[in-house]
Amino acid sequence: MSKKTNLPAGKRALDLARNNAVPIMFIIICAVFIPMAGFSPSYLLNEIITRMGRNLFLVLCLLFPIMAGMGLNFAMTLGAMGAEIAVILVADWQIWGIPGVVLAMILSIPFSALLGFICGTLQNMAKGREMITSYIINFFINGWYQLIVLYIMGAVIPIMHASIMLPRGYGIRNTVSLLNMRQCLDDLLAIRIGGVKIPVFTFLLVGLLCLFIVWFRRTKLGQDMRAVGQDMEVAKAAGINVDRTRIISVVMSTVCAGFGMVIYLQNIGNLPTYTGHAQIGMFCIAALLVGGASVEKAAIGNAFLGVILFHLMFIVAPGAGAFITGDSMVGEYFRVFLSYGIITLALIMYEAKKRMARSKAGQELAEAQKKEEDA
Amino acid sequence: MTNNVNPLLQMQNIKKDFFGNQVLTDINFTLGEGEVLGLCGENGAGKSTLMKILFGMDVIRETGGYGGDILINGQKVEFSTPFDALEAGIGMVHQEFSLIPGFTATENILLNREPCKKNIVSEVFGDRLNTLDYKEMERRSAASIEKMGVAIDADMVISNMPVGHKQFTEIARELSKDQLKLLILDEPTAVLTEKEAEALLESIRGMAARGISVIFITHRLHEILAVCNKVVVMRDGYVVRDVPAKETSVEDITKWMVGRDVQSSVRSEVRSNDGARTIMSVKNLWVDMPGETVRDVSLDIKEGEILGIGGLAGQGKLGIPNGIMGLYEAGGRVEFNGQEIPLNNPRKCLDSSLAFVSEDRREVGLLLDESLEWNVAFPAMQIQEKFLKRLLGGFVKWRDEKGIHQVTQKYIDELQIKCTSSKQKAKELSGGNQQKVCLAKAFALEPKFLFVSEPTRGIDVGAKALVLEALKKFNRENGVTVVMISSELEELRQTCDRIAIVSGGQVAGILPAAASSEEFGLLMVSKVI
Repeated sequence: MSKKTNLPAGKRALDLARNNAVPIMFIIICAVFIPMAGFSPSYLLNEIITRMGRNLFLVLCLLFPIMAGMGLNFAMTLGAMGAEIAVILVADWQIWGIPGVVLAMILSIPFSALLGFICGTLQNMAKGREMITSYIINFFINGWYQLIVLYIMGAVIPIMHASIMLPRGYGIRNTVSLLNMRQCLDDLLAIRIGGVKIPVFTFLLVGLLCLFIVWFRRTKLGQDMRAVGQDMEVAKAAGINVDRTRIISVVMSTVCAGFGMVIYLQNIGNLPTYTGHAQIGMFCIAALLVGGASVEKAAIGNAFLGVILFHLMFIVAPGAGAFITGDSMVGEYFRVFLSYGIITLALIMYEAKKRMARSKAGQELAEAQKKEEDA
Repeated sequence: MTNNVNPLLQMQNIKKDFFGNQVLTDINFTLGEGEVLGLCGENGAGKSTLMKILFGMDVIRETGGYGGDILINGQKVEFSTPFDALEAGIGMVHQEFSLIPGFTATENILLNREPCKKNIVSEVFGDRLNTLDYKEMERRSAASIEKMGVAIDADMVISNMPVGHKQFTEIARELSKDQLKLLILDEPTAVLTEKEAEALLESIRGMAARGISVIFITHRLHEILAVCNKVVVMRDGYVVRDVPAKETSVEDITKWMVGRDVQSSVRSEVRSNDGARTIMSVKNLWVDMPGETVRDVSLDIKEGEILGIGGLAGQGKLGIPNGIMGLYEAGGRVEFNGQEIPLNNPRKCLDSSLAFVSEDRREVGLLLDESLEWNVAFPAMQIQEKFLKRLLGGFVKWRDEKGIHQVTQKYIDELQIKCTSSKQKAKELSGGNQQKVCLAKAFALEPKFLFVSEPTRGIDVGAKALVLEALKKFNRENGVTVVMISSELEELRQTCDRIAIVSGGQVAGILPAAASSEEFGLLMVSKVI
């Protein structure tokens, strides 16, 4: 069967729209909401830039497991937990500023790597159901995290400073202030252009990760990961250690997520001890999907576009809600349910596309038969 | 050559059984350097098993290993994994493609053998972080494509390739291995066009000239004659002929492949159903069943007959019942009893009193975790509301446990199903007995029309005879029209009145069961694609 390359322009546009339905939908939503919310362009730009610096690193870490065919890594939250433990310790030791950030990053590596290893091993036991497994592992490990933070810290792990400890003598407070660490990365080399602050150093870190991802695709490991992602059986037959490759991809993802979380926390300036990581995975995945990624395919561009669109919606939704109904809570509520909706939509579209491809094969068969009859 | 004393490959007294079921007996042959050996035989003759043994596939070890010796250059070898076989210079191109769809031909050819360059990171973190040397990759893949002698686009992504080029990519991958001495090609031309097949034959000649030996498995017999030095014909796990290709012909090979001692087979009594009315008429059916594609099949089935559908694996015979019963996407027109049956709707088929015993008994045929009673009665209960007691004026339907027990017991006795009781779980039975339960299930529906797909696949001889007898009896006594699909021609000839042979997704011809093996053999390979 010859592949038609000269499709009519209308059909091609339709295909393009269908393949990029989610980003287009979001562009439309944003286009409608922005005038309603009535923010000034410089305010919007400032917010977007801030949020890009805050979130991009986290979103990019999702690319590794997708490369290895393990779908959306809900368990990136594990890296966030590892980073939070590291940040609590660093805060307790009163190491602030850039040294504090760097130490937190280094300290997060063993935690995130260990959690990533556990997660990857479990996911290997549940091949084909990686996403739901990683999602549930979150809740399981969250229990351990709370045990450590609520009971072991202060009781077993010495915590010196009462300011971060619960009054009862052990356990960490609901919020740990990171005021002395706040935006220290963002302010490094920061420049202002017309009132818009650009956190150059944070962007440099993001750029470094992007370069790493591009370079990584060209390494043997990256090549193996892509092979495993597309067909585990074939990769195995060629002698690639499939299980190990998959575990490495998850570990890389959680470790990067740990770094990303430290960047995120230094930007926010405080650590909500028990809820800080709760929504991270969900929002990062939603952002990536908004950028046009799918369960099996994602690129750096998807991460950038996604973060911009998703957070633009986040910024303007409360304002737009207030404009429409007079209650900003409506927009607040709208933006949360929308992000769950996107994830659902992406998961459905993944299956639907496969089914469409299947029924297309049948149609081609019927057409070929018809042609033969006519001839 | 120096090693003329010892031929490249010697197979000595190879034996293999799968749990007591003998599939290979005393296989002997030798293959010299640069020789091309054509291996042919019907499905189930043991060709694939033999190649799996040679290639050290896991299944062989998992099922108890094999008997006899394999000698390479006079040295006895025993491969525990395919990687050992690769190490020893054996390459294999399987029937199913083993390619990464999103990779280019080059990336696939060198999969996991990519030339790499060291860098600072890899010095610290290990060799897997070496970067790929794309230039060297290009050079090597170009060299192996050149060696193959068939031009394919090295930069094209596999999923965009026509199927023939995928095949050539696989061959190029094997050729890119420097240690390659023996290449096994398992039905490589099945997916090739006429021209591509010609190019492949040319390429095989080229390989032989370079000193690479080739074992060539194909159903296209003229190809064997065109390219091979010698021909080995297998049947029922034996080597029946081992002759130089020059001294034989397509007719001879066909006869050796399918021919059996005519006296030994029990032929069914000749029945003619010419006068009977057509109960099912299939027109222009296409079915998109992966690996069993059906193209433009038209077929009339007479009331009360047993129609056999035979043909080689992958030619589409399984697609016909699966398509009509709505398990795979299908199109065309099917009339049953004068009424059109909507396709892609299993329920409608079952409602019009059709039944289907699937070839996939574990996935489609049985509720493995349930008792035999449930397995036998479930479809009848679901579809015909049999074995149900109505209470409160039909508002509540209650299972009639007694009725279910009785009917199950009846079939256990009739089909001699070996089980501890009718409450035993289906998964605990052996393959043959599971197959009998599948039949009982279909019989309990009391259909007018029954499709039976591969009823004897993977079951032993005793159970085979029983299953076939039961089918015949069901047909004779209840007047049920039966369509039986099987890869084994001999059992079709024993059971059926007429046999349709499917080749290349189409009906190549319909013959009475009494026709000679050669006629069937020729039909089987007539339209092979």
